[in-house]
Amino acid sequence: MIRAVLDAISLWAIPVLLVGIPLAGIIRKVKVYDVFIDGAKEGFDVAVKIIPFLVGILVAIGMFRGSGAMAMLTDAIRPILSAVNFPPELFPLGVMRSLSGSGSLAMTTDIVKTYGPDSFLARAAATMYGSSETTFYVLAVYFGAVGVKKTRHAVPTALVGDIVAAIATVAICGWMFL
Amino acid sequence: MLNYIWFGLMAIALVVAAFLGTADAVTKGAIDSAKTAVEISIGLVGIMTLWLGMMRIAEAAGLVTMLGRALRPISRVLFPEVPPEHPAIGAIVMSIAANMLGLNNAATPFGIKAMEELQTLNPEKDTATNPMVIFMAMNTAGVQLVPATMLGVLVAAGSKNPTAIISTTLVATAIGTVISIIVAKILQRFYPQPGGSAGGIGGAAGDPARLSDVDEVQQ
Repeated sequence: MIRAVLDAISLWAIPVLLVGIPLAGIIRKVKVYDVFIDGAKEGFDVAVKIIPFLVGILVAIGMFRGSGAMAMLTDAIRPILSAVNFPPELFPLGVMRSLSGSGSLAMTTDIVKTYGPDSFLARAAATMYGSSETTFYVLAVYFGAVGVKKTRHAVPTALVGDIVAAIATVAICGWMFL
Repeated sequence: MLNYIWFGLMAIALVVAAFLGTADAVTKGAIDSAKTAVEISIGLVGIMTLWLGMMRIAEAAGLVTMLGRALRPISRVLFPEVPPEHPAIGAIVMSIAANMLGLNNAATPFGIKAMEELQTLNPEKDTATNPMVIFMAMNTAGVQLVPATMLGVLVAAGSKNPTAIISTTLVATAIGTVISIIVAKILQRFYPQPGGSAGGIGGAAGDPARLSDVDEVQQ
């Protein structure tokens, strides 16, 4: 039921917004087309302004992934994870989730295929993917768009949030599915 | 912080490559990623243009201000530095709402718009303000009501009960978001904000400030 409502919202939200916003404008006597063009002009500049920030971040992450450093990190930390009951299979995904959207999607799909879609690990991996965002991509795009270079406490805040979400994922999935 | 993480990732990659003999993979990673980054940015041009145009209509029709006013009780706690009538609040609300509904391609333009609005209140254009970091914390925590991508993956793999992950995802993302906001609020005391508490002075400066931002961030 709730699912059906949410699905309907996801399906209709964009077309309704695309008509609803100009409709509100017409009612308020706004010259909707002129105003639209005026705002839309900024689109290209904003997208282009993001390029240097995104290239910088994604290249560093691409090099890190390519080198095999991720696998080394996982191996080094495996004993600690086992000691605190964090499934070692999920750790690389936890790290990758903050770094790369496509990388973590590939990892999640791989876990789902390897352990079966209704296994604890598959559900925990899917929950981990769905409950967080690609932190460094988000930071690069949004701060890049306005040219902010000194990000103050944004990175530590986001990383603590990611760690908490990963731990919460394992705890909740363990409680629900084990 | 970002400076050290950025350099650290690349330096570690080089050292690890020296041990594992993966120098070619590191090179490929760098070149492919540079290409991907530009493709993502250029891929944003269309939806960016569309939604920024829509957003301007919503602003002119007073919708953004209305939305901001309706959510005043929440925004006052989260973003005390932003004046209640400021268009930034409306843009933030629209971006978070789009995120929750899983409308990713609308969420990014709305979010960038929100950052631009917050930037008009920023006395030091290259430094993040408290409300920016709170907004980032909410975004990197990624609140989403329906994890559509993951449902797709589970269904494709033949799951008998794919929707089992909806509740766990909601709880995990809610915990992550709340903790992120609390951490941001605590950490902001240790990272002095540009211009002290002057975050609120730009309230009346709306449009002229926005135009000048575009030039100032170019260097």
